[in-house]
Amino acid sequence: MAFKVNINGETRELDVPGEMPLLWALRNDLGMVGTKFGCGVGQCGACTVHVDGVAQRSCSVPVASLEGAKVTTIEGLGESELGRALQQAWLEEDVMQCGYCQAGQLMNASALLARNPAPTARQIDAAMSGNICRCACYTRIREAIAQVAAKGGKVDA
Amino acid sequence: MHDATALSRRSLLKAGALSGGGLFLSATIPGMAKAAAAGGADAASALNAYVSIAPDGLITIVGKNPEIGQGIKTMLPMLVAEELDADWDKVRITQADVDMAKFGPQLAGGSFATPMNWFPMRQVGAAARAMLLEAASLHMMVPASTLKTAKGVVTNPANGQTMTYGELASDAAKSAVPDMQTLKLKDQKDFTIIGRAIGGIDSPRIVKGEPIFGIDTKLPGMVYAAFERSPVFGAKLKSANVAAAKAMKGVQDAFVIKGNGVYDQLVDGVAVVADNWWLAQQARAKLEPVWDNGEWTGHSTAGYNQAAVKAFASGKPEEVFSTHGDVDAAFASAAKVVEADYSYPFLAHVPMEPMNCTALSHADGTMEMWVPSQMPQGGQASVAQMLGVSPDKVKVHITRMGGGFGRRLTNDYMHQAAAIALKVPGKPVQLIWSREDDVRSDFYRPAGYHRLRAALDAKGKITGFEDHFVTFTYPAGGAYNPAEMAKDEFPAKFVPNLRYGQTKLKTAVPMGALRAPTSNALAFVMQSFLDEVAHSQGKDLPTLMLEIVDGAQADPAQTGFFGRQPGFDPARLRAVTKKALAMSGWGKAAPEGHALGFGFYYSHLGYFAEVVEASLNARGQVAVHNVWAAGDVGSQIINPFGAMNQAQGAIIDGLGQATALAVEIEGGATKQSNFHDYAVPRITMVPQIHVEFVKSDNPPTGLGEPALPPVIPALANALFKLTGKRVRKLPIDPKQFA
Repeated sequence: MAFKVNINGETRELDVPGEMPLLWALRNDLGMVGTKFGCGVGQCGACTVHVDGVAQRSCSVPVASLEGAKVTTIEGLGESELGRALQQAWLEEDVMQCGYCQAGQLMNASALLARNPAPTARQIDAAMSGNICRCACYTRIREAIAQVAAKGGKVDA
Repeated sequence: MHDATALSRRSLLKAGALSGGGLFLSATIPGMAKAAAAGGADAASALNAYVSIAPDGLITIVGKNPEIGQGIKTMLPMLVAEELDADWDKVRITQADVDMAKFGPQLAGGSFATPMNWFPMRQVGAAARAMLLEAASLHMMVPASTLKTAKGVVTNPANGQTMTYGELASDAAKSAVPDMQTLKLKDQKDFTIIGRAIGGIDSPRIVKGEPIFGIDTKLPGMVYAAFERSPVFGAKLKSANVAAAKAMKGVQDAFVIKGNGVYDQLVDGVAVVADNWWLAQQARAKLEPVWDNGEWTGHSTAGYNQAAVKAFASGKPEEVFSTHGDVDAAFASAAKVVEADYSYPFLAHVPMEPMNCTALSHADGTMEMWVPSQMPQGGQASVAQMLGVSPDKVKVHITRMGGGFGRRLTNDYMHQAAAIALKVPGKPVQLIWSREDDVRSDFYRPAGYHRLRAALDAKGKITGFEDHFVTFTYPAGGAYNPAEMAKDEFPAKFVPNLRYGQTKLKTAVPMGALRAPTSNALAFVMQSFLDEVAHSQGKDLPTLMLEIVDGAQADPAQTGFFGRQPGFDPARLRAVTKKALAMSGWGKAAPEGHALGFGFYYSHLGYFAEVVEASLNARGQVAVHNVWAAGDVGSQIINPFGAMNQAQGAIIDGLGQATALAVEIEGGATKQSNFHDYAVPRITMVPQIHVEFVKSDNPPTGLGEPALPPVIPALANALFKLTGKRVRKLPIDPKQFA
């Protein structure tokens, strides 16, 4: 039985066991490898996607739970102005070192700013505490999020 | 700079035309190859640089070293582009495949790349510029020496005539290759690209989630593999239920892989190959493997702790590896003796991208591999050896890596992928490890134990210094093992009577280099103990450090791994120490309930002095508020973005090691398994970090590692200042302050 899941605005058919985590359906069946595998147990946040606008760990979301839901992945982040503003700030601040966790960081940061456009420093830390960056680019993650918030989530011309 | 001249004399330039028109240039620097060979690379190889200029002005520079997040793929081309006077916006960087003959050593580790490439990469840029000027001189009919270059354009200042590099490239290919001895490199004050904060070259692709990492490799018809091995090190497989795994949905095959007897290549295990990696993992759970875990099941951290206590109690190390003067006499006549025992645990690397490798066994006997490896050439050679083929039958593509930290200097997962691919010929197979596989099958930073003694005379001067180091060795000796201490470990050369001895415990726990190997442990031990010595004399550590090196001259330059390198220079220690003290307001009162601690360490040719401001929070946990770091890595920070990122990351990494991280061995296996019990730093614990670089007249050196070691003792020393209790064991257990 194939599951129908809306991913980045497109309905995709997934002929996989319903208990398969979204992460592996994305990466291995759909070839959408922007969403990253880090720990498999919801500890690191590398696999963060949005399900109906809420940040979720795709390694722990079964495909069967997604029928009728709208999933956004890193490949769809640039569809929104907030997403593009974050991508821009990430480059301007040169946030990353290895970059592997950054898809998850960006997805979580965009969910944060969508629900709280002007977070305090403490709120940024609290919201981002589920995302590990092993290179420890945390100082720059903080700065990039604060910068986007200060610009009201808008892209620089 | 005479170092540059020395390199030039041995360098060889080759130039030619690009197939579609344009200039192609390569430089070979054989002198560097010899230095690299000391690190295990092929002695016949040379360090090479490649640059080409197309008729449309696009400059392509080959990034030959693997990128692990250290910024090398951006930094090396900056060196070429600077001397070339290129327009950085028109520079493209391509990642090279593994080719020792063409590129020389290709590795990521040891903060080697900056010192090894600082001159050669600039020389190749300068040579290309000279050839473009030669071509322009013929066109403009004026001497080349009268022409100016900037941003990829040659200008004749006399009449304002200009030509772009693209227009000149094809003619430049016909110019005589310049004599390297006549090439003049730029003066530092004229740099326009070096010293500029330039973002990572791959970052625009990464923020969009484009496939770029090893684990993102996707080939037509590709299948996925999981590999089951015993958690007990050194175990052999007796049996497994491969039929049960094969019966699972989506599984294509399951089979036993026999190890090749080399612990860092291929161990016994069972592979499951499926359409989807999660399905392979599900089937893996059905394997019911039976292991012969052998003699190592009895090994544990608790056992090693007891063995260390026993070794100390014997009063005598197995072997004295560094000594001078008469240590026993120094202690017999000491006015005061300071003694303490220090220890630290095994550590895992846990880069964010789990170990993986994609392999395809071709019908002609070639093994094609896509591998995130810090040492891809070593992997190519050892996989070829394992397969019984010549190295040219193993074709290796270098991918970007989601972190390394030293873990990917060992290519065990590459051997597993090759062994699995052999069983599914013609089909690309991607081996992926789970995080549990990664934590439990690492090559760990070795644990260690130290019994230290210092003899002081009536004036408080150190007259004798002794360390009994209890460390580890493999039963059969074995490969590179960073469980060793240098003979001249500070303060060896600055004390009149010295004895460094060691006792080696046998272990099957695999060991390897972790970012700032040996230094990440020894900085804690030595700088904490010297803080104790200083305290016993009513001084602070920076005062003692400056006294220890008082009047000492720099060691002579020597030829090491990087080629010619400067010796340890106490003046650089003094400069960074004074800078860190000034930055932190050392000596002034800290905020209520906070305290400052200091640490210095010299590693990978870099000097770092760091001050940590710490407190204990309401729950008795360690909180770090500020870190001030002063570093000297030579005359020039090549890319301030990359430099700051490396320094900040290393400091947070060190704080994580100090406060939270330990791999414990139980029953011959690693007890920890994932980020819940191997808790690397998260954003909430990150302090304000203030980094400044002290420039000195030395060629630039690497920043991947040297900022890490001193932050650990700086934190431990701050906690002593705060509580009066010494941290002598890592990770810090806050219960000791209760």
